[in-house]
Amino acid sequence: MGTDLIRLTAAEMAAVIASGETSAVEVTRAHLDRIAAVDARVHAFLQVDTEGALAAARSVDERRAAGELLGPLAGVPIAVKDVFTTKGLPTTCGSRILEGWRPPYDATVVRRLRDAGMVILGKTNMDEFAMGSSTENSAYGPTRNPWNLDRIPGGSSGGSSAAVASYQAPLGIGTDTGGSIRQPAAVCGIVGGKPTYGGVSRYGLVAFASSLDQAGPFARTVLDAALLHAAIAGHDPADTTSIDAPVPSVVEAARGADVAGLRVGVVKELGGEGYQPGVLRRFAEAIELLDSLGAKVTEVSCPHFGYALPAYYLIAPSECSSNLARFDAMRYGLRTGDDGTSSAEEVMAVTRAAGFGAEVKRRIMLGTYALSSGYYDAYYGSAQKVRTLISRDFQAAFEQVDVLVSPTTPTTAFPIGERVDDPMAMYLADLCTIPSNLAGNAALSLPCGLAPEDNLPVGLQVMAPVLGDDRPYRVAAALEAGYADRWGHPLLEEAPAL
Amino acid sequence: MAITRDEVAHLARLSRLALGDDELDHLAPQLDVIISSVARVQEVAAEDIPPTSHSVPLTNVFRPDERQPCLAPDEALAGAPAVEDGRFRVPRILEEE
Amino acid sequence: MTTSSAAEATSRKPRMTRMTPYDEAMGRYEPVLGLETHVELGTATKMFCGCPTTFGAPPNTHVCPVCLGLPGSLPTTNRAAIEFTTMIGLALNCRIAEWCRFARKNYFYPDMPKNFQISQYDEPLCTDGWMDLAADGKTFRIGIERVHLEEDTGKSLHVGSTGRIHGADYSLVDYNRAGIPLVEIVTKPIEATGALAPQVARAYVTELRELMRTLGVSDVRMEEGSLRCDVNVSLMPRGASEWGTRSETKNVNSLRSVERAVRHEIERQAGVLDAGGTVVQETRHFHEDTGTTTAGRSKEYAQDYRYFPEPDLVPLAPSPEWVEQLRVSLPELPSARRERLQKEWGLSDSEMDALRNADALDVVEATVAAGAPPAQAYKWWLNELSRRATEQGVELATLPITPVQVARVAELVAAGTLNDKLARQVIEGVLAGEGDPDEVVRRRNLAIVSDEGELAALVDAAIADNPDVAEKVRGGKVQAAGALLGAVMKASSGQADAQRARELILEKLGVPS
Repeated sequence: MGTDLIRLTAAEMAAVIASGETSAVEVTRAHLDRIAAVDARVHAFLQVDTEGALAAARSVDERRAAGELLGPLAGVPIAVKDVFTTKGLPTTCGSRILEGWRPPYDATVVRRLRDAGMVILGKTNMDEFAMGSSTENSAYGPTRNPWNLDRIPGGSSGGSSAAVASYQAPLGIGTDTGGSIRQPAAVCGIVGGKPTYGGVSRYGLVAFASSLDQAGPFARTVLDAALLHAAIAGHDPADTTSIDAPVPSVVEAARGADVAGLRVGVVKELGGEGYQPGVLRRFAEAIELLDSLGAKVTEVSCPHFGYALPAYYLIAPSECSSNLARFDAMRYGLRTGDDGTSSAEEVMAVTRAAGFGAEVKRRIMLGTYALSSGYYDAYYGSAQKVRTLISRDFQAAFEQVDVLVSPTTPTTAFPIGERVDDPMAMYLADLCTIPSNLAGNAALSLPCGLAPEDNLPVGLQVMAPVLGDDRPYRVAAALEAGYADRWGHPLLEEAPAL
Repeated sequence: MAITRDEVAHLARLSRLALGDDELDHLAPQLDVIISSVARVQEVAAEDIPPTSHSVPLTNVFRPDERQPCLAPDEALAGAPAVEDGRFRVPRILEEE
Repeated sequence: MTTSSAAEATSRKPRMTRMTPYDEAMGRYEPVLGLETHVELGTATKMFCGCPTTFGAPPNTHVCPVCLGLPGSLPTTNRAAIEFTTMIGLALNCRIAEWCRFARKNYFYPDMPKNFQISQYDEPLCTDGWMDLAADGKTFRIGIERVHLEEDTGKSLHVGSTGRIHGADYSLVDYNRAGIPLVEIVTKPIEATGALAPQVARAYVTELRELMRTLGVSDVRMEEGSLRCDVNVSLMPRGASEWGTRSETKNVNSLRSVERAVRHEIERQAGVLDAGGTVVQETRHFHEDTGTTTAGRSKEYAQDYRYFPEPDLVPLAPSPEWVEQLRVSLPELPSARRERLQKEWGLSDSEMDALRNADALDVVEATVAAGAPPAQAYKWWLNELSRRATEQGVELATLPITPVQVARVAELVAAGTLNDKLARQVIEGVLAGEGDPDEVVRRRNLAIVSDEGELAALVDAAIADNPDVAEKVRGGKVQAAGALLGAVMKASSGQADAQRARELILEKLGVPS
């Protein structure tokens, strides 16, 4: 029963709980058992909240028994990236500097999950402060890709993507600043969505780059992702950058799954040289499939996308250098070097040097440089202009087509350790995903097969205009159905057993 | 060379990072490569292009001037490395800004 | 003990050139001033969160994840703070930006929870205004460079043998103040004040304080640190056209200190220049006890605040309608009000200054509104009550007498029921809590005696007791009647109707009045 339960989709789990066929507690136990069985090898979780999860599940069962009408995901377990504050539950952001910190408040996303009756299993591993594309930058050790334990699960939300791909949770929450949901979804063979910037509250999301960060769902099916998206999205007065407009009807779009007549643009600048052949092959197949489903596919040029990566590596570090200044050993978290004679200034510097990992330090210094007087205009200022150009490229493209598509990442999951001390190579993993963060538009990644050369998942990215979040779900659901017809089973079933 | 080792040391101070010589030796060339590479943004950042700081163009989002609950004192101080008399205890402070 | 504190005082005094006496300095140099004033706004809640702004709460009880800068928290802008700042800008004749952003000012300091301050940088909400003020009978127009909004920091308590930041063993931080909205008002360079520079600086801050109170945007309690001033001073040789190097004296926190700090910096800088030295551009600290400034700890490298637009807050774009709505809602501004009242009341400039210095404008206005002639209202508040307030060391407005009561006293005087001497006794009675003026008159039996029979008896007695004087009057020395009147007043404890008594004296002695 347990094994069967964990392989259900989130929608199915919610249905069997709602019908009384099983209980939320049973579903939760099945996932806690799975975690106990496999996570020593995967290392998706930094913290498993067994008691909290069971208490939440019991509460759902009790409320159901009392005749309360509960939401569409009530009783369904979820894995939450450790970048969201959880009241009383350790929140580390994958960093030593926050070791042991228990926030006195819940992030809005976390509160919405609780309000929806969802069961938070625990907090998942991540690249420290969400900086990275492999989850190797976690201070608590890397997470492994369930498809191949020697490979990275993507990042920075690699813990959540690996948890969902290894059936430790049907759903996961990640954050995407430059691709940190879509890239791990792609390399783990699952669905991951980055909502429109401002679509999901950032309150309680520990900031990496405030103008780019956005929370979003991981799931094994497009519908599950849409259900989770709908559960967490919507205006929050605590986040002034949150959009005060109705949430796009993503669930209906996922159920609609119809692309007949839809105009699909293939981004000329995202593909070709430097991309793994198997990735390009699966991408080409996806285009053919869309065509066969009635979509009108054309090629679209976004001439400034080539400048997205350098712009991102100026804007994100600049914001991070400021956002991470608060980790200074004065009010919470780690304090080292306080020998009673050192000054506050010295203790700050010593603690930060000890508490931050190499990538975080690199980015803090890069950002400090880009914002320095004398360099601001040349670096940060120019990057902000590129941001304008990228947005204009998107606007022009969306005048011609309804959605844009590209590979999600240039390669499949690379071996752990391969790029860890080669930042420029690591940064390339986000080549295709970054433009949507700079422009703030909606995007999603879904599995489109395995690359023949390494048998690892390939992701397809679907991008839509700001507040057009329903469109990627519609396209993804149509493709998912098309692939199910072709393959006869979900892609994840091809993953080796753990 | 886009950035010297001395400049990197200065950045470390400005960033409040007490980095050892080894770390500086390792970081300086990496930052040099990254900075040289990202400098490409200048190629297209023409004078007449307005910068974008916020991707979604909202303005005038305000909160009414109404009180909200504060943290309880023990909650406020719970995470502090050191506390004395209801205050955060911090090492001696060098200078006033 | 004495030795050590004296040694400490000397050690704080920089070993350097002598100061040049003020008048001498002013003979050779022309000062240029700049004032940066920070005012805590009187909103109910903080700039970016819903914590209260009230002063004096136990440490760290007015804090939340936002103002403690906890990871994940986000700021939300207090609408009232934006409105207050806009009102200040309008009152200072500024241009209100159509679109502007908050910026992050990045520097590390333990009292700043996020290690950046949300402020405004190159896009302030209000720019390019002015304010007129008078000092020593001359009018000065002070240019306003900008008015912007930022958040305050927490407060540190330095623990150690010295109790100061220097030599402290450690510090204790309270973040109750962190995040209180702070308006920064920056003047353009103030030139051509000559020797009046210290007074102009003081008059400017005084006027600003009055403006804040009138607008109702801050109660400006300087003793609680809700108005803090940074004073920039530079000197240039008379006749020169290029400004000298300026010093910036931080945290000058009383009106008197503003004046003293400017004066001291002029004397100090003149001393440096006279000795052939150069003034260093630096931050200095003002010491209330000695009235002097000392150099701050020199920085090894220039501050680099790495300002950039605050990504967590969306831009401000006050619509013309909104600004207009605020403009029409502005109360009458202090300068306009003073001008109007001075005209209405027929006061001289110096009387008006006295009124302002005594902080008596509001009570006099209320007394006039209650029916008293302006001259009477002025007289009682400024001469009688102001003296008592000073004696007791309290604010004039806090004396236990109301403008309505003062107006009634004035009315009784005008009606002839009281003379000035009796009126003073009535006021004394009111202040002593004996009730309203009428009640005090009744209880103390203070009304003027104007009954003909009673007066006649008093006059007769006076004549009988002073036959020599009476004879002189009869002989034509009318001035001598004063002595008889004095006797009448004395016998009646000052309550006799003096005018009628005089008439009766002359009548009875057969002298035509």
